[in-house]
Amino acid sequence: MAENLLELSGVHTHIAQYHILQGVEFAVPRGELTMLLGRNGAGKTTTLRTILGLWRASAGTIRFESADITQRETPDIANLGIAYVPESMGIFAGLTVQENLVLAARNGAPAGERLERIFRFFPPIKTFWHLPAGLLSGGQKQMLAISRAIVEPRKLILIDEPTKGLAPAIINNLIEAFAELKQTDTTILMVEQNFHAARSLGDSVAVMDSGRIVHTGRMAELAANEALQTKLLGLSLETHQ
Amino acid sequence: MKPIEGQRLDWAPLALLAAVGVAALALIGSPSTWVTLTIAGLAMGLLIFIMASGLTLVFGLMDVMNFAHGLFIAIGAYLAVSTLRLFSAAAGADSFLANLAAVMPAMLAAMLVAGLLGWFFERVIIRPVYGQHLKQILITTGGMIVAEQLIHVFWGPDLQPLARPASLRGAFIIGDMAIEKYRLIAVAIGLVVFAGMMLLLNRTKIGLLIRAGVENKEMVEAMGYRIRRLFVGVFVAGSALAGLGGALWGMYQESVTVHIGANMMVLMFIVIIIGGLGSIGGCFAGALLVGLVANYVGYLAPKVALGSNILLMVLVLLWRPQGLYPVSKT
Ligand SMILES: Nc1ncnc2c1ncn2[C@@H]1O[C@H](COP(=O)(O)OP(=O)(O)OP(=O)(O)O)[C@@H](O)[C@H]1O
Ligand SMILES: [Mg+2]
Repeated sequence: MAENLLELSGVHTHIAQYHILQGVEFAVPRGELTMLLGRNGAGKTTTLRTILGLWRASAGTIRFESADITQRETPDIANLGIAYVPESMGIFAGLTVQENLVLAARNGAPAGERLERIFRFFPPIKTFWHLPAGLLSGGQKQMLAISRAIVEPRKLILIDEPTKGLAPAIINNLIEAFAELKQTDTTILMVEQNFHAARSLGDSVAVMDSGRIVHTGRMAELAANEALQTKLLGLSLETHQ
Repeated sequence: MKPIEGQRLDWAPLALLAAVGVAALALIGSPSTWVTLTIAGLAMGLLIFIMASGLTLVFGLMDVMNFAHGLFIAIGAYLAVSTLRLFSAAAGADSFLANLAAVMPAMLAAMLVAGLLGWFFERVIIRPVYGQHLKQILITTGGMIVAEQLIHVFWGPDLQPLARPASLRGAFIIGDMAIEKYRLIAVAIGLVVFAGMMLLLNRTKIGLLIRAGVENKEMVEAMGYRIRRLFVGVFVAGSALAGLGGALWGMYQESVTVHIGANMMVLMFIVIIIGGLGSIGGCFAGALLVGLVANYVGYLAPKVALGSNILLMVLVLLWRPQGLYPVSKT
């Protein structure tokens, strides 16, 4: 097994008086795409936010490249080379597509091969370069959110339900883009409810329930085992959305 | 950065301003009176804009309700009093350049001291109450009271005259119209400040970050930027502008009392609510609207002048509940 880029051990997160994460324990192997699955409300989004320091873990440790980042501030964590595509996409609606990408590119204006790749993955980004991002369609916003995450080389990308609410054609478009992104050495931790996407993209998988990890393993194994899917996710992946 | 194409301007609020002007002309009848009132309204509006622009950004960026913003206005006005006194020879001279040599230091001193005070205020008073609106209101109101007492200590409780240098007095006479020079100067300075802010916000990375932060500060942090640092910068700049506005406003009224800032608070809140909280364009349009309406109504129906701004706010919010130029929050 590959070396781990990110490791969570015994992570607890409280939001106000609620005890949401109750000892989350899993690792993200370097260079792989790890799927984080689980029912609605299991704590997947909270896990991503805790990794990034948007919620502060109340106990446990989060290690990135072996360094303890549990108590670091969000900007410091991001600057280690971690990008985040939130469930709500976090697009700056009043800024143009270009301006959104300018802010995302920390090392000089977006240009060159990386930008070309983004245009190739997502042609609307080029078409609507000067349009306020708030006017983009839902799918185009998602493309922009992902573009911001890949406009520069990152070590780790956290992506929360990129296919949520999108039409099948766009979902396939995204899957292709991620498949190509996987060829680079980027490590990805993705939350996904769409079975087709989860199965075709995931290398490893972690399943959450009620604030805990209840299963970790290879995606292929889980995809082949319907009984396990039913046990972990309530439904088999095939029927899950 | 290249100019941004395809970003369209929402003309409706500007059309509203024009409509208000035209309606006032019809009601007032006399064009010369109308010109005088309009220029007075624009001058007042632009001074309010200078004073309130920091307040709206501070609220937009960090959700901070600063009821002590008027303090920076008061400090700016008092600094103008003291500086002009210090340079009384130049201020009293019969030469434009000499007058300028007194007024420029007054404006710079007002901005510098108000900015420094803003830095201190953010650190000591605002920082401990991030995210707690009730505490913000209480502690900033308290801070304002304390600061007013300190002003008493330094400058005394009495009204301070703030005479404008000779070349800033008087009026240009064109036909039967009298246009006060100082109002034109106030308009010019207001437009320069507005243009500078628009350039900063639209053409620089800092400006992009401020606009992005007003929309979604969490995402700005998740991209690796320190929003706190940005906020401190905005708070200091906003305080300095309030100081500048206070100096100009004091010279406009030609006298200063301790309450000069507190008296502006209600008007400033009306302006930033009308404009859309966190929006500089909105603050600009709202300030002009408030300035014009105050002057027109003050002439046409002095008895209702006091309530007219509240009524204006209600009407604007009925039309656009989020203000003239709402900021999208994601
Ligand atoms: N700001 C908050 N305040 C209180 N409780 C919260 C907050 N955010 C999330 N929760 C709770 O934390 C639990 C986990 O939420 P989370 O968003 O992490 O779930 P999720 O696995 O991402 O679900 P979904 O698949 O629906 O996105 C839920 O019970 C939710 O109600
Ligand atoms: Mg979620």
